[in-house]
Amino acid sequence: MNLETKTLKTDVLIIGGGTSGCFAAITIAESSKAKVIIAEKSNIKRSGCLAAGVNALNAYIVKGQTPETYLEYVRNDSEGLIREDLVYTMSQRLNSVTRKIESLGLVIQKDESGEYVSRGVRNIKINGENIKPILAEAVEKTPQITVLNRINIIDYIIKDNKAIGAYGFSIDENIFYVIYSKAVICATGGAAGLYRPNNPGYSRHKMWYCPFNTGAGYAMGIRAGAEMTTFEMRFIALRCKDTIAPTGTIAQGVKAPQVNSSGEEYEKSYGANKTFMRMYSTVEENKRGKGPCFLKTSGISKEEEEELFKAYLNMAPAQTLMWVEKGMGPSQENVEIEGTEPYIVGGHTGSGYWVDTKRSTTIEGLYAAGDVAGGSPQKYVTGCFAEGEIAALSTLDYIKGRENVDVDNNEIISKLNEVENFLNEEAVIYSVEDIEDGMQKIMDQYAGGISQGYAYSQGKLKVARERIDELLELSKGLKAQDMHELMLIFEVVDRLFVCKILIKHLEERKETRWRSFQENIDYPQKDDANFLRFINSRYEKGQIRIILRNLVRRDDIYEHRH
Amino acid sequence: MSIAIDREKCTACGLCRQVCPGSLLYSDGQGKTFIKYPKDCWGCTSCVKECHFKAIKYFLGADMGGKGSTLYTKEEGNLMHWIIVDFEGKEKIITIDKSKANAY
Ligand SMILES: Cc1cc2nc3c(=O)[nH]c(=O)nc-3n(C[C@H](O)[C@H](O)[C@H](O)COP(=O)(O)OP(=O)(O)OC[C@H]3O[C@@H](n4cnc5c(N)ncnc54)[C@H](O)[C@@H]3O)c2cc1C
Ligand code: SF4
Ligand code: SF4
Repeated sequence: MNLETKTLKTDVLIIGGGTSGCFAAITIAESSKAKVIIAEKSNIKRSGCLAAGVNALNAYIVKGQTPETYLEYVRNDSEGLIREDLVYTMSQRLNSVTRKIESLGLVIQKDESGEYVSRGVRNIKINGENIKPILAEAVEKTPQITVLNRINIIDYIIKDNKAIGAYGFSIDENIFYVIYSKAVICATGGAAGLYRPNNPGYSRHKMWYCPFNTGAGYAMGIRAGAEMTTFEMRFIALRCKDTIAPTGTIAQGVKAPQVNSSGEEYEKSYGANKTFMRMYSTVEENKRGKGPCFLKTSGISKEEEEELFKAYLNMAPAQTLMWVEKGMGPSQENVEIEGTEPYIVGGHTGSGYWVDTKRSTTIEGLYAAGDVAGGSPQKYVTGCFAEGEIAALSTLDYIKGRENVDVDNNEIISKLNEVENFLNEEAVIYSVEDIEDGMQKIMDQYAGGISQGYAYSQGKLKVARERIDELLELSKGLKAQDMHELMLIFEVVDRLFVCKILIKHLEERKETRWRSFQENIDYPQKDDANFLRFINSRYEKGQIRIILRNLVRRDDIYEHRH
Repeated sequence: MSIAIDREKCTACGLCRQVCPGSLLYSDGQGKTFIKYPKDCWGCTSCVKECHFKAIKYFLGADMGGKGSTLYTKEEGNLMHWIIVDFEGKEKIITIDKSKANAY
């Protein structure tokens, strides 16, 4: 099949119209006359993590707290390995971006004095069901922003080591896109679907993280030689069994502790209350034969139960349906919990692009924000807004006085050929699904998935590395009948690239820093002397080069040396 | 996780097809919607909320303990009604005021 080539030009190209992408676009339009294109693989109205809604704003500086205390919390929760400059500059903006989203229409609960009502030390209460349509509407009514829905972006256009746009294709029409821009912001979110999921059969996509965020942004950066950080800090979420719905709403809402099958509260016996320890303690209880584990909800009132029904409908409706269908709500029965498969998601942990304080990646002209950017865990929705805002303002500085640059026509043709080669009705042995199954099985068994209690050894990682490379080779022979299938091919190839880099990072961190998230059987202890530093990587000429980098302090301004 | 579309009720308005975050919904020959990749459904209910004709019903897969109940929504001003119908046809309606924050 042959594709028609369409060429577009803009000032700033934003890849991914999700949380940070939409916020970045709005920021650019409000602060300048620059023209923006958002290229989004689905439709910005409900795309990405926010599709079903969110429960609360998890990152807000409530009364009595400060950006410094938020930084302290993140540093402690991540065992010291964070980019303080990034977390701090994000924290400073958490409250202003919250006011902004409220002004766009998000319902946030206030008390009599007009203060937002908090849920715990860092969360505020909202009605988050329609947060994505609210953002999308603000974008769509801004004439400076052009939204291209249902365009899957596949790679950056690079010239003289600078990002000057991106390639993509429509999932509906036979069109190949060449989009030139003076600067690019990558906001494609994290990566799900790398490991075998909790529900591997019919409900395989009933997972916590957005299954349509397939690590495209990471993979494009990897292929372009951008420096990546901390992929080894995977995120594994503690979730409600089967529905994989968030547990924080119950744990914090009705103050339900984690208990084992004998009803014992086990968390404290494992030491510090950190995100990864809540997960690890649950894995361990199960290993010791004390599972299944639950959130102890039985005994809550009927009114509390009704409020939980509503809270879940606003974010994870499957959970409410499950309760109602069973005829047994949380007031009568404790809620069973389990760990998810590992995800790579820089909004919760530190994985992603290695960016400077301005959120520029190591490729000039390319910025990153949200779950795709590394070094700054615990961003959540508001942190993604904050990063989108910082990246947007940085691109405005960068594009001053710059013109659009074109790439050599031969390069376009060679990229187009690469894409068209997949579009072929020829019968082949392997389907995308086969490659995906293979990848998820290998990652599960050899790179610390659910079946292994999240642990892995150097020996197993070696097998994983070899098998993922084989699958990458096999994936070159995949064929698509139509444009949607073409997207599915690129998704699995992107995930294989993410797996490849992830495995290397897991091999390099020869310690165990974050139990469960990064659990190396050969090196079960934390080793600050050697590993309180970042493991970064660059993919160059088919080889992964590892770079160790030191911590960056709160008031430092980190700059890349290009 | 998936949704079921009632072909009889579908008026071919096309709204649901525009919002699916996975672009899983397509038009059949007559403009009516079908889910092309049922196993890829995330269960986000975006399409369900978009349909004003109760044509899209949301259910839990049998592998997740589903028992045949379905869920759909109806909007009325600030109110969002979530209607759960069990396999015997018994309804439970949960109404959420969209202008109010979650209690939890
Ligand atoms: C189920 C769930 C519940 C959550 N609940 C909360 C909560 O209650 N409170 C809270 O504070 N945080 C919550 N979070 C975290 C928060 O929602 C995320 O950290 C944040 O939304 C991520 O924003 P992002 O911009 O990085 O990614 P997203 O918002 O997911 O945006 C990524 C966008 O990129 C698009 N895209 C991907 N690949 C391509 C490509 N190749 N070409 C073009 N476009 C592409 C996607 O379609 C998507 O629109 C939750 C997350 C999840 C998954
Ligand atoms: S929104 Fe409802 S009526 Fe409209 S196309 Fe979809 S299923 Fe049919
Ligand atoms: S529930 Fe969500 S993922 Fe599933 S078909 Fe509807 S819009 Fe798409």
